[in-house]
Amino acid sequence: MPNEEYAVEMENITKTFPGVKALDQVDFKVKKGEIHGLVGENGAGKSTLLKILMGVHKKDSGSGDILLNGETANIDNPIMAEEHGLAAVYQHMMLAPQLSVAENIFLGQQPTKKGIVDWSYMFKKTRELLDSLNLSEINSRARLDSLTNVQQEMVAITKAVSRDANILIFDEPTALLAEEETEELHKKMVGLKEQGVSIIYVNHRLDEVFEVCDRVTVLRDGEYVGTKEISEVSEDDLITMMVGREIGDLYYKEDIEKGETILEVNNLNSGKNVNDASFELHKGEVLGFFGLIGAGRTELLRTIFGVDKIDSGEIKIKQQEVKIKKPIDSIKAGIGLIPEDRQKQGLALPLSVQDNCTLVSSMYSSTLGFLDKKTEKKETEKSIEDLNIKTPSINQKVKFLSGGNQQKVVIAKWLNVDASILFFDESTVGIDVGAKKEIYKLMAKLLKDDKAIIFISSYLPELLGVCDRIAVISEGEITGILDREEATEEKLLQLATV
Amino acid sequence: MEEKTAQRNKLLNYLKNNISKATLFLVLFAMWGVLTVLSPYFLTYNNIFNLVRQTSVIAVVATGMTFVIISAGIDLSVGSIVGASGIIVSMLLINGVPIILAVLITLLVCLVLGAISGMFIYEGNVPPFIATLGMMSMARGLALLLSGGQILTGLPREFVSFAQITFMGIPMLTIVLIIVVAAAFFVLTRTRFGRNVYTIGSSDEVARLSGINMRVNYYAIYMLNAFLSGVAGIMLTSRLSSGIPTSGTGYELDAIASVVIGGASLSGAEGSVLGTVIGALIMATLRNGGNLLGVDPFWLRMATGLLIVLAVLFDQVRKKQ
Repeated sequence: MPNEEYAVEMENITKTFPGVKALDQVDFKVKKGEIHGLVGENGAGKSTLLKILMGVHKKDSGSGDILLNGETANIDNPIMAEEHGLAAVYQHMMLAPQLSVAENIFLGQQPTKKGIVDWSYMFKKTRELLDSLNLSEINSRARLDSLTNVQQEMVAITKAVSRDANILIFDEPTALLAEEETEELHKKMVGLKEQGVSIIYVNHRLDEVFEVCDRVTVLRDGEYVGTKEISEVSEDDLITMMVGREIGDLYYKEDIEKGETILEVNNLNSGKNVNDASFELHKGEVLGFFGLIGAGRTELLRTIFGVDKIDSGEIKIKQQEVKIKKPIDSIKAGIGLIPEDRQKQGLALPLSVQDNCTLVSSMYSSTLGFLDKKTEKKETEKSIEDLNIKTPSINQKVKFLSGGNQQKVVIAKWLNVDASILFFDESTVGIDVGAKKEIYKLMAKLLKDDKAIIFISSYLPELLGVCDRIAVISEGEITGILDREEATEEKLLQLATV
Repeated sequence: MEEKTAQRNKLLNYLKNNISKATLFLVLFAMWGVLTVLSPYFLTYNNIFNLVRQTSVIAVVATGMTFVIISAGIDLSVGSIVGASGIIVSMLLINGVPIILAVLITLLVCLVLGAISGMFIYEGNVPPFIATLGMMSMARGLALLLSGGQILTGLPREFVSFAQITFMGIPMLTIVLIIVVAAAFFVLTRTRFGRNVYTIGSSDEVARLSGINMRVNYYAIYMLNAFLSGVAGIMLTSRLSSGIPTSGTGYELDAIASVVIGGASLSGAEGSVLGTVIGALIMATLRNGGNLLGVDPFWLRMATGLLIVLAVLFDQVRKKQ
């Protein structure tokens, strides 16, 4: 029923793409002046639903209705969406890094005077907009890429707000933000809500959804599962709705006895990013690395791995000092790196599962440079079985696998050379709840095999759920290492901002 | 029953992964079919013999280019190296150097030229387009310098006859092509180096983080390419029975076209030697057929250009599905 209470009413929406039904008779209603969370696994249909609302996709003809502020609306393209008061801030900020803040905000709509861009008006108006959102520290003439991540995010929000939007969509805005920055974002969202703006908030991080939303809707496999008041539902309930089955704890950890020291790093220095880093890693242990974006966690691992140059310092593996100048040195010493960007750094996407699984091990299985395809096939089949990798065949190109399975291939690559020390860099980002848990269970299995893991993550609940000890890195230095029992989110954050 | 489904799925998968090669074969056969109908001279021993022999030189160059393009690089100097190699071998032969030694020295020089390109690209971080553009001028300059801008004649008869003789009815130059293609196919599909080329093509970072020796592989790719261009230059000189300093001009474009029609992507990690050869044959068929039918060669040139664009267009469409 059309209702003045609702800012957005999507009823019975179906959307079919060739070969797949992305949305099946989905209902979605957002009240005026509420922050409404939209959650679901990858592929649940959240993006598709919102793209239909924004005019990027068209719902199947004959299916359902969309009402905005009580009136039926035809949204055929993003411009019409904007005219109806809709605006979106996407996960991958659609802004031009080399242009100024003002140019970005007025992208496509530069104010003109007699056909020429009115620059002074543009900068003045931008200043007003920024001030109205308490963003006085952002310079309207500054190049966008000179701002911090959160400031860039804020510019994206300012842009959305400047289009006089009363319905805002935030799609995974906190993926790149640290805790403090997320808090700031949430404060701004509440401020907008108080001004009467309705907000749709898509976020994988359920604790953040609970922080700021009034109600939450769950989608699963293109279907509408339900909508609940935040006060009447728990994280576990949401997860069960998202996954369709009880998943128990989000995290998985077994108590495994720690063995001897397998990796020792002493006073490691590398350029500006690694400053006098020292720590120890034991067999059977998961050592977490926490820190703000840019603190130097990835750089520290890359330096140990031999990608970035070591200026000074010592690395000992199994009590023996090793000289690491190139990745092959650390690989031969038993280290494997599962990089942050699995698509650009971890996998050769156009190549097959077999090629990727044996990318490093072919060094050992080949003779005189000739590949031993029989051995590779056996290794790959074993990897698929051991790690439960879902793929139609070993020759399937890796780019067609799901995120979780792709990550497993990267891990398999290192297991096939018997790596005993594994570096996981933000390895569960963009992976479904169920697949994440599989990776945690896999980690426990590896630990039981006497391996050791360093686990980089920006998500505190994950670190607390999965690590034995957590090292905090700030500006290239290790500011502290806390045991699991004594670590709290506050303590870790404090160390990260030293 | 499960065995049968598994077998059938394997076949379907194989076909799916190789559909572009199958399409290429079909296009080539279709073209030959059409030309056979349109001209009684097409499907004759003489004509096919010429067609295949003419393609041989450019196909050798294209085979080398296949490696470069799969690695997400490009080499614009191949035409000039063909010319330079032709001049060097000519000069050595005219001065009485035994054929085998002359060939070896020439190929060695080509390896050095390839190493220089590799050096600019790997050590200097110069984009391959620019580095090889520079080498293109340098190698051509070398050819003109050494020859004094003159056509070099007086090559030993044994050398010149090489391009004329046949082996079991197949032109000798084509035999060389077959050997080159077989070796390249083997290296690309069955050696670590071959896989490294694909890996580097998909992402430099991935290759580096997997312990691949980037320096060795980068040099190897450009040196191999220069080597094959050198071979092509020697083949061409035998065909022309003289050292022509401007020979090979424009070969880089034909080579790139063959590789791209053959299914490679300029962004790397895709492509095959077989595809390249078919690509080269398709272009040669277009020219040969055009000649037989008396089509104005200028029209032919436009048609060739259009063919290249269509081939890539078709591939992009296929990828979107």
